[in-house]
Amino acid sequence: MKFLPLLWSSLWRKKTRTIFTLLSVFVAFLLFGLLMTIRTAFSFGVEIAGIDRLILIHKVSLIMPLPISYLERLRATEGVSMATHQTWFGGVYQDPSNFFAQMAVEPQPFMRIYPEFKLPPEQMAAWLADRQGAVVGVDLAKRFGWKLGDKIPIQGTIWRPKQGEIWEFNIVGLYDGEAGVDKTQLFFRYDYLDENRGRGEGLVGWYVVKIAEASQAQEMSAKFDAMFANSSAETKTTTEKGFVEGFAKQMGDIGAIMIAILIAVLFTMLLVAANTMAQSVRERTAEVGVLKTLGFSNASILALVLSESVLIAVIGGGLGLLAAWVIVQGGDPTGGMLPVFMLPTRDVSAGAALVLLLGVVAGVLPAVNAMQLKITDALRRA
Amino acid sequence: MFNWISQTIAVTGLNLRTIPRRLSSSGVAIIGIAGVVIVLVSVLSIAAGFTAAMRQTGSESRALIMRSGADSEMTSGLGGPEVDIIKQAPGMKHQGQTPLASAELYVIIDLPKISTGTAANVPMRGVDQTAPLVRDDARIVEGRMLTFGTNEVVVGRGASFQFAGLTVGNEIKSGQNSWKVVGVFEANGGIAETEVWCDARVLQSAYRRGNTFQTVLVKLESTDAFNTLRDWLLANPQVNVQVRHESEYYAQQSRALSGLIQGVGFGIAALMGIGAVFGAILTMYTAVSTRSREIATLRALGFNATSVVVSVLAESLALGAIGGALGGVAAYLAFNGYRTSTMNFSTFSQVAFAFQVTPQLLVMGLIYALLMGLVGGLFPAIRAARLPIPSALREL
Repeated sequence: MKFLPLLWSSLWRKKTRTIFTLLSVFVAFLLFGLLMTIRTAFSFGVEIAGIDRLILIHKVSLIMPLPISYLERLRATEGVSMATHQTWFGGVYQDPSNFFAQMAVEPQPFMRIYPEFKLPPEQMAAWLADRQGAVVGVDLAKRFGWKLGDKIPIQGTIWRPKQGEIWEFNIVGLYDGEAGVDKTQLFFRYDYLDENRGRGEGLVGWYVVKIAEASQAQEMSAKFDAMFANSSAETKTTTEKGFVEGFAKQMGDIGAIMIAILIAVLFTMLLVAANTMAQSVRERTAEVGVLKTLGFSNASILALVLSESVLIAVIGGGLGLLAAWVIVQGGDPTGGMLPVFMLPTRDVSAGAALVLLLGVVAGVLPAVNAMQLKITDALRRA
Repeated sequence: MFNWISQTIAVTGLNLRTIPRRLSSSGVAIIGIAGVVIVLVSVLSIAAGFTAAMRQTGSESRALIMRSGADSEMTSGLGGPEVDIIKQAPGMKHQGQTPLASAELYVIIDLPKISTGTAANVPMRGVDQTAPLVRDDARIVEGRMLTFGTNEVVVGRGASFQFAGLTVGNEIKSGQNSWKVVGVFEANGGIAETEVWCDARVLQSAYRRGNTFQTVLVKLESTDAFNTLRDWLLANPQVNVQVRHESEYYAQQSRALSGLIQGVGFGIAALMGIGAVFGAILTMYTAVSTRSREIATLRALGFNATSVVVSVLAESLALGAIGGALGGVAAYLAFNGYRTSTMNFSTFSQVAFAFQVTPQLLVMGLIYALLMGLVGGLFPAIRAARLPIPSALREL
């Protein structure tokens, strides 16, 4: 600790160089934070998907509906603690570019099966009392400036009302949730949809089943699929986590591409930082000689040079991660295309570890060189 | 003037010839700049490939008819009687008495993606007998066209690369249906190559759609006939449809995703570019500071300040050019023609496409690299020119 002033003054020996090194490390870790956020966004919140929730979809494709009669059979099956269904609505609010998810659900089972959506009890009561009621995520409400009590017209595309093509919903609730929960969806009542749609009565999109024992997921999936085998609507059951993962994989190798870019960035920055460190130690050969003459041990020379490089990495990288975090707090810049827009804690820790690694790797070669310098050589070389 | 030019050339030549001496720091700048160019070019090549696939699909000579209010083929729906009326509309090309209008169904079938083994939403299109004439840019490259009235299908080249089981002679199971692959087709690399085509009538019963379709694709008599067709259909109270050029439909479909990719690509490249500029600045500062004595000697010998500035700038531009060229070549070798598929959210189905490293992208990458070199060399160049001669000579 007592060498801190020495460390500090050697850091600022060449101001411009230090500043530019700091800036390039800063940019590298800012990018790290942003790319990790994008990667998380493209994985559609797979981290928070439940493993005790199973999704039953039509075997041919997700877009094929299932009959509502399956619900009672699922609820009656042993090992099932809750079951409900959801139906994709896919309507258009004002303009197709205003895309957001709308789903018809059964309010009570839905909210019980998805405890991550937080809805105040009085709003829940209002939803149960209003057939046309809809509950929207706080991010979605913010995006369009909706308030409780607003009437929202949505044009039906898949499901059209018996007359015309506009459905009206009353906003009766705003749900919230922790970071990583998708707060950009609209949920409305299935009974409202079913009574008013022109065709397709008694059809639902897919089923969500909460099972009593998460470890039984595989057996239960096989059991459900066997129950509906050889019917007109066979099913395919996966865990919610598997379902979301599979869905994310449909986007292609986005995650892999992000990692590849990151490696390119970090490698480049490592080169720049290492080169600068080496240069700065080379210029100070004479000073190292003087320090050694004054009685600094080899170990303390090593520690001094290493801590200098670690310090640069920590200041630059720390600020970069912080800046990324601040930017991500601002929310999704694409206006709804990336509903889960967050920087996971896990990636922040990984970033911090990388910062330290960068500091050590960049400093180790010059530090060892400095340590091995002979006093006579060092002083003569000046 | 001549003197100035010859001085500049002399110092610049000296700088450029000695780049190999400063290999490590020059190498860092080159690799830094090359890294940025690789990322910029490769990310934008994704967008270019995707957009090209969408663009090549749509033809000016075809019109797409969907239910009014539908935002994609997926959500459109047309009844059998409606389709019969549409087929009477003027402006269509005819083959004998038959109007070249293909009434189609567009659904999704779950097939495993080869790369991940997980299920993917593969688009399946039910077409009618006129389809080969309407979709005249598609041609069978392997096997044969399907026989209408059977469970035979033909698959796009892109789909057969991306999804398991789509090879000639194979049978794919989907729920209780099975489909026999009899041919592979190409369609100029367009999005149709991601699709599986079958007989619309067979698909109607397999998907329990009754006598309904989703879209009608029409071959126009001429591009001018579009207005005739549209006006007739919009004025007809028996049908409730929208009419669009096929090309316009696909251009609109690609807008959101290619916008997102381009946004991400430019954003990352801009940030990385800033990082690389710092790298270049560091390199050039190092280059200048290790040679401050030489530069001061040159100045003392009577070389003027501007020729020193130009020489430093030239060196950093050369580093930029080398980095840009290396990056462009690397991106081209690594990514051009790389096949992948992604989800098109407007139809909820897969689009297979190949990355395209176009000449425009390479030029753009090179320009960006030179820009980074220029900015990176500017401050060090000014510093070199301002170096006070006596103290610089005394330095070291």
